[in-house]
Amino acid sequence: MNAMAQTAISVSVRDLSLSFGAVKVLKSLNLDVAEGEFVVLLGPSGCGKPTLLNCIAGLLDIPEGRVFIKGRNVTWEELADRGIGMVFQSYALYPQMSVERNLSFGLRVAGMPKDEIARRIARAAEILQIEPLLKRKPAALSGGQRQRVAIGRALVRDVDVFLFDEPLSNLDAKLRSELRVEIKLLHRRLKNTMIYVTHDQIEAMTLADRIAVMKGGVIQQFDAPQVIYNRPVNRFVAGFLGSPGMNFLEGRLEQAATGWRFAAEGVSIPLSTYDFETTPRPGPAAFGIRPEHVGLNSGAGWPFSASAAVEVVEPMGSDTLVWLKLAGQNFSVRVTSERAPRAGEMVTVGLDPLRASLFDDVGNRL
Amino acid sequence: MSGPAILSAAAGVEALALGAGGPQGPKPRRALSRRNVFVYGTLLVVAVYYLLPLYVMVVTSLKGMPEIRLGNVFSPPVEITFEPWARAWSSACTGLNCDGLSRGFWNSVRITVPSVVLSIAIASVNGYALANWRFKGAEIFFAILIVGAFIPYQVMLYPIVIILREIGLYGTLTGLVLVHSVFGMPILTLLFRNYFASIPEELFKAARVDGAGFWGIYVHIMLPMSLPIFVVAVILQITGIWNDFLFGVVYTKPDLYPMTVQLNNIVNATMGVKEYNVNMAATLITGLVPLVVYFVSGKLFVRGIAAGAVKG
Repeated sequence: MNAMAQTAISVSVRDLSLSFGAVKVLKSLNLDVAEGEFVVLLGPSGCGKPTLLNCIAGLLDIPEGRVFIKGRNVTWEELADRGIGMVFQSYALYPQMSVERNLSFGLRVAGMPKDEIARRIARAAEILQIEPLLKRKPAALSGGQRQRVAIGRALVRDVDVFLFDEPLSNLDAKLRSELRVEIKLLHRRLKNTMIYVTHDQIEAMTLADRIAVMKGGVIQQFDAPQVIYNRPVNRFVAGFLGSPGMNFLEGRLEQAATGWRFAAEGVSIPLSTYDFETTPRPGPAAFGIRPEHVGLNSGAGWPFSASAAVEVVEPMGSDTLVWLKLAGQNFSVRVTSERAPRAGEMVTVGLDPLRASLFDDVGNRL
Repeated sequence: MSGPAILSAAAGVEALALGAGGPQGPKPRRALSRRNVFVYGTLLVVAVYYLLPLYVMVVTSLKGMPEIRLGNVFSPPVEITFEPWARAWSSACTGLNCDGLSRGFWNSVRITVPSVVLSIAIASVNGYALANWRFKGAEIFFAILIVGAFIPYQVMLYPIVIILREIGLYGTLTGLVLVHSVFGMPILTLLFRNYFASIPEELFKAARVDGAGFWGIYVHIMLPMSLPIFVVAVILQITGIWNDFLFGVVYTKPDLYPMTVQLNNIVNATMGVKEYNVNMAATLITGLVPLVVYFVSGKLFVRGIAAGAVKG
């Protein structure tokens, strides 16, 4: 929030509500994207992220609320005048036009002089390394090349804001990670504002300056990836990010003579190192901690430790996920493969509430 | 130890099978299997059933009247003559006129061409607007249009006579062109709407982001992608309008009758001898145009129909 006060705001959405029939897709939503920022809208399907993107682009009429781009109220403006470019999941290249004509279509519609069009195409083709493809039809391109042309179509129009609608979902895993890096490099080179919709948390974590996690038409949390990962504001965000997912122990928050403790069947974790967001109150709570933040046979010095028998071991290549029971509930620990125990072995688990997230019974962070 | 042993045993089995020289390549099929006889037999019977009348017509049209009077309907002509064809085209009599089908042919051309162009031009824009621009009341508009396709023509016959009379187009080719264009609208709009709906929506969105408007997207994006459906529409309209009899006879005057009406008048002329050969030739000439259209564009027709059928 402090960073935003210093830099200019590029895209701003104010009190945006939208429903399809009886379904409320967006609920008085607010979003501010800083100039040159890479913002990822992340959420499960049906959370309204593409709808929000379409509203910013102007593809959907906005029944309630306003959209600003570069300080201009564009709520009633035509798409082409908004200064946005959009990249679609299916690439949406015009099949009957060559790559060159695809790139120039928007410019020709705008009536730009020929030499200016040629100059811009040359620049975009150079940036995206698609010069050899300019004469080809989209059908003769690979998926990655098509996606590059689709980005080029936004590039040639010299727009302020790039909108990406799940641009990598149609590609195979290897190409996806390659293009992910390319998009990141492109952003560093162009320094445009970019808004990127995805349901892939890896894309979100790697690309974003800030991630907006959405659910049910509401932005749950909007912050830097590390903050979202380490200090999720509610249980949904905590569970949605991270793979393998966060552990949740169901129990109660209790006040003892030595301070606050989290108690569940047979365990009682002292919370002296936990950084409470709100004033704690005794009652039902969930103790969330990521598998990689748990110590396994890693000596003393943990505020809390317990011993348990390993139930299942899942090797994942570089890491191994160890499943055991803590307080009678399933619990996973992530260790490097060299240090992985065998199933049936007794191990010591160490926890530090400093790295944990506590949630109350409705799922808000405590 | 056990690994290599199993491996060599497997190799032994393989060698045995390879040496035995069993079946290889395509499985041989008998040409005269029961299945083949049944399939090709049925096809042959059906083909003959449909082609026989055409054969009789062609054969009869090439015979002279004396040969026809012998009554051998199926026998090929002994003496081939094209005189009936010439008479049918240029000198067969309908009522008072004796200038053959040629007048009707040109009337039909003057009716069909503008009707086809006009109806397809309007219907394609209709379909495009319905599929891509969800304007207010689009559903109701579409429903009304579709209901229009199911109202029997007889119901509308007389009201249209009155309308055409009031706007001064009754008995003119322009009036008939108008009627044909209007009546082609429901089915053609449906055809185009379904086709445009099957084009990915993101293409349309991308074009809008690129700044293209209603006509820009239609001309630059949609039209170049829709050749197959235009071919289907052209074929439907050409054959439909060319073969029309009812509207032609109701809304025009004798000297403007389309070919079908004139053919009827030639064949049903009650004066003099029935010239079967001329009648057959006249019928064939009239049917030639749709026939040629089908032959030329059959492949595209199937492709277009299949393309439009994907999405409802």
